[in-house]
This record gives sequence, C-alpha cells and structure tokens, in this order.
Amino acid sequence: MKSRLKDFFEVLGPSYRIIGPKIENGVVILAEIKYGDIPAGYRDSQKPGRYRLSPEKDSQVFSFSSGPDSFKRFLNPPLAELFHFHRFETGLGITSPPFSEKGGISETGLPICFMGIRACDLWALKLYDRIFPGGRVRDRTYESLRRNSLIIAFNCLYPSGNCFCLSTGTGPEVKDTFDVAVTELKDSFLLEEGSARGKEILGLLPLGHAGERQSLEKRERIETCKALFRKSIAADELPEIIFRNLDHPHWEDIARRDLECGNCTQVCPTCFCNTSYDFVYPGGISGEDKCNLELSGRRLRKWDSCFSRDFAQVHGGNFRLSRKARYRHWMAHKLAYMQDQFGLPGCVGCGRCITWCPAGIDITRELEALRPHS
Amino acid sequence: MKKPTTGIFKFTSCDGCQLSMLNLEDDILRLTELTEIAYFREGEDNPLVGHLDLAVIEGSISTESQKKKITDIRERSRHLITIGACATAGGVQALRNWADFDAFKKIVYPKPDYIDALPASTPVSEHVHVDYELWGCPIDTLELSEVLTSFLIGKRPGIPAHSLCMECKGKGIACVLVSREEPCLGPVTRSGCGVLCPSLNRACYGCFGPMEGANIETLSGIFERFGYSADECRMMLDKMNTYAFRKERTEKS
Ligand code: SF4
Ligand code: SF4
Ligand code: SF4
Ligand code: SF4
Repeated sequence: MKSRLKDFFEVLGPSYRIIGPKIENGVVILAEIKYGDIPAGYRDSQKPGRYRLSPEKDSQVFSFSSGPDSFKRFLNPPLAELFHFHRFETGLGITSPPFSEKGGISETGLPICFMGIRACDLWALKLYDRIFPGGRVRDRTYESLRRNSLIIAFNCLYPSGNCFCLSTGTGPEVKDTFDVAVTELKDSFLLEEGSARGKEILGLLPLGHAGERQSLEKRERIETCKALFRKSIAADELPEIIFRNLDHPHWEDIARRDLECGNCTQVCPTCFCNTSYDFVYPGGISGEDKCNLELSGRRLRKWDSCFSRDFAQVHGGNFRLSRKARYRHWMAHKLAYMQDQFGLPGCVGCGRCITWCPAGIDITRELEALRPHS
Repeated sequence: MKKPTTGIFKFTSCDGCQLSMLNLEDDILRLTELTEIAYFREGEDNPLVGHLDLAVIEGSISTESQKKKITDIRERSRHLITIGACATAGGVQALRNWADFDAFKKIVYPKPDYIDALPASTPVSEHVHVDYELWGCPIDTLELSEVLTSFLIGKRPGIPAHSLCMECKGKGIACVLVSREEPCLGPVTRSGCGVLCPSLNRACYGCFGPMEGANIETLSGIFERFGYSADECRMMLDKMNTYAFRKERTEKS
C-alpha cells in the first residue's frame, strides 16, 4: 500500500516542481525530485558536528530526519539577482534579470511543491510569512513563490539526535500551515487536508477511507516519537536565562570553541539575514547588448551571517568585534529577540545548527550552561 | 577627463596571477578603455616613469632590491593593490621562513653563492601600505575584474570577507567535514574560489588564505580528534599561504 505514495508524484508532477529529500554524497539534501529519489528506509545519526547516513534499510519509508537544507533555500535563495544596471555614454539603464538562480522560479515556471516538510520547518515558514511579505518592505519574489507553493507536510517518526522541537513547542506533530499532512502508519499513509487546495488534491487521489483505527495509530506513532527525544531547552525560562546572564563567563568559553564560520546561520531555517552588493563587469554582462556601454553590473542579494566580520559593518567597523559578542548576539536573537520582534519563536528546535557546526557547538547545552543552577 | 593610469608589477611569483589578467578576455579590452596601462611586464616592456593611479602587485618580496622597488612603486602610486597568495601572504616560497635558508640553497642550487635573496619571503603589506589585498592561488578572474573596476570607478569591491563555509552552504554542498571527517580548511579560509574542492567532494586546502578572525587553534583541535597529529595539522596550513596562516595563528594565541 505504501507504494501508492507514487500516486502523489503522478498527480502533482505535471503542475508542480516537487522539492523533496534526496541523497547527495551521503547527506539528505532538498532538491527537485522524482518518486524514486526518496531515501526510503535510510536512517541518519546526528550528533553535535557529526552527520552519518546509514544505508541499512528500515521498514519505514520516512525514517530519516532533516538534513542541512530547508524551504529557505527555495523561497529565499542563497544568491539572487535583484537587477542588472548599465551605464551608457548617455545615461543609466536598469533591467530585471531572468530568474535562473538555483531556487528561483523554475525555468518551466511551475510553482513549488514542498514534499515532506516537517513541523519545525512549518513554524519557520510561518515566521518567514511574517517577515518577507509583511512589514514595511515587501519581498515580491518571496511573495509570488510562496503564494503558489503547495505544502505536503510530514509527521516525524523519529527525531534526529539533535532535534528538540518537543521542548520549543514546535513539533514533532504538524498542526497548521500545510495543504496536506502525511503520517506514515505501519501499512499505509494517513493523509489529512489542511486547506481547500489540499482537499482538492486529495480528491484526485485514489484513496481509501481512514477511520478511528488510523487516527489511533497516528496518535500512538506521535507519542512514540515524543519518547525518543534526547535534547531539550528550558523554553519557559526564556528570555530571562539570556538577559540575566549577558556577562556570564560561559560566553568566553563558547568564543574559544567557535570558528565564526557561519554554518549555523546558513542552515538555520529561521535565519534570514542577507546582504546586497554590486558586481561590476567592465565588458558588459555576456549576452546583453553592448552598444555604447561603459559598464554593466548585477545587484546581487546573498545570504549573510551575523558571524561574518563584514556583516552589519558601518563606517569604521563592526560593533560586535569579539567572537563572544557575535555568538551571544546570534543566540539571543534566536532564543529571545525574535519572539519580541515577530511574535513567533526564533528557534524551532530543528537541531541543524548543532549537527552542521564543525565545532559541534550545541545551542541546548550552551543555554543550559547559562542557567543559574547548572 | 584624463584616463587613470595603471601599472602591473611582478615580484617573486609564478606569473599565474598576471596571466589571469590576460584571461579576462572581453573585460581586459573594456578595462583598457577605463584606464591607460602604463606598465605591464607580462604584456609589454616599458620602463616605469612618472606617477600611477593604480599599482597592481603580483609576487612576494624576496630580495633586497625588491624592497627598494616596492617602496619606489608605492611612492609613485595613488592606490596599490596586491593580487594572489605571493603578494598577499608571501607565497609558497615563504616556507623557507621556517627553515635554514642556507641549507635550502645548497640542496637546490649547484652554486648557491650566486643566489641573492633574503632569508624570508614576505607579503607586500610588510613593506608598504596596501590599499586592497586580493587573495587566492591563483586569484579568481571574476574577482580580479571586480577589484580593478571598483578601483577605477571608485566603488567598494563586492567581495565578501567571510569563510568558505558560507559560500559552500549557499551552494548546497554536503559538508565533507561533518559528514565524513575530512580535514576541511573551509571554516578558517576566505571564500573566493567558488568552493572548488568541496564541490568535488574534497576538503579545502586554504588557497584563499586565512579569513580575518580565523580560529585556527580550534579547527586544528578538531582535526586532532579526527586522528591527525599536531604536525600533520600544521602541515595542512604550510602551503602557499603558510606565512599568513602562521601569523594569524600566533597573533591569536
Ligand atoms: S557556532 Fe559553530 S557553526 Fe556557528 S559560527 Fe560558530 S563554529 Fe561556526
Ligand atoms: S537555532 Fe538551531 S535549532 Fe534553532 S531553528 Fe535555528 S538551526 Fe534549528
Ligand atoms: S525538530 Fe521535530 S519536527 Fe523537526 S525534524 Fe526534528 S522531530 Fe521532526
Ligand atoms: S565542506 Fe568545508 S567549506 Fe564546506 S561547509 Fe564543510 S567545512 Fe565548510
């Protein structure tokens, strides 16, 4: 019965670009996938600064957890061209670029279907929906990509060794912000609609009827998953733990171990900072008309990180000169300020920053070390 | 308006970075419209006279006469930039800085007495003020074009100072350090190469030199936990940017 998952791909394939999990060089990444790409039965082992994917087949399909990627790569691409500019002898011209960067609107123009997005990432998506289309500045690229996207969410069967969404209240069960929610049961998949569009799509699939038995099995599975968590944070003591300990000696200890490489911010689904800069081509941008042209350039937008020294630089330098100040700022933004800024948690407990930190710096343990009684 | 003048100079190096300039193809023609090339050893052969708006330096300072020459160029130039690992970090020839120079000479040359060189190879910035340093062994042609254009039109070069990891994650590459315990220098290396090695599933060699604030001690400690000896960890850094990596490391500790 589980092979019926294929139906999903057949029904959605013609009208969506399906973005889902796939193995690349031993890591589950997100990419445009076909049904056969799903790493069915693979289990990952995640520890601070360590990721391994084991090829031993599990009897479940969705036994693997999140990899480094999230929806953010697609809705807020790592590198995007905002516009091209051209200086002619007679003046200045601006043209919009073709959206061809990885993660931008696909060449086919099809909207994105996120296949297998987890509870933690749905909370991050909710946050993005507050930041990018809302506020004083509207990001039209995000808006158009997001408006047309379809969300097929999955309830996690297993948390990874670094997941702690149970303690942040952001998982492992999906609650809203999806079109269809999928729970893998022993012999079948339970599909639930979360929107009118989701309902429409379920109508196109040859489904059996789910009853009390399936609902019960779903509940059991979620409870089993909850019992498997190994990490947690004291979310109810936030933001005080941070605000009362801004001068704690532990920050220095973190600074010694921290590489300021920025990996944590790049994999974090709620980190949204970017920078823009101009790349100038004296010979003009290839393929464009060069008549009377003096210069051409591309205004690019790129993911940035508060760990970088040239981030938030003003005339004369960066206010957070020490590594300690930069880590403290990052952690405080995740665990304290974001909640005030946007009314949603800034950390959704996905554990990516722990796994993908080459130094294995663990936000849950660092927070614990700041607590008075620990 | 008079076109700004540019001079391109070579010190101790392999010429690879100057050749990147000739590889600029379309851009080099446009650049020659933005500036008058007053001196370029790789392209022509005129002696240096008068003043320059921009001096572009390839190669490290390795002899007594080069010390005088670089001072002379600096005095004649409004802006001076270095290109490549030799000019910016002393190059692979700076390996002699940590060795017995006379012994080195005897091994390599039949008549070592003819060799007139300083016992240490040093970056240009140790001798004169440098306005901008473009890292890499060799440099990236796109970055070179960006830096030259930026200086000629008066803007800040759009080249980030962050780690290679930032660019690596942007490209969605599976991290070889976290997923395979490869000793990748990405966390302490400047971006700029286009993530050449990790995109081929290999660890970064540090061609673009240490980023500002590189935490080399901690990264070496991680490699030691992977099973590399302290000596092996040091040797990973002793390549074309050896002088810069060691300097960054000792200044930190
Ligand atoms: S916490 Fe880890 S991933 Fe983040 S900057 Fe520091 S060393 Fe890099
Ligand atoms: S701070 Fe870490 S655990 Fe929290 S959402 Fe970001 S990556 Fe996930
Ligand atoms: S943090 Fe929770 S929702 Fe996210 S992958 Fe882990 S268990 Fe699933
Ligand atoms: S592969 Fe190397 S450069 Fe890329 S993220 Fe990992 S440590 Fe950094």
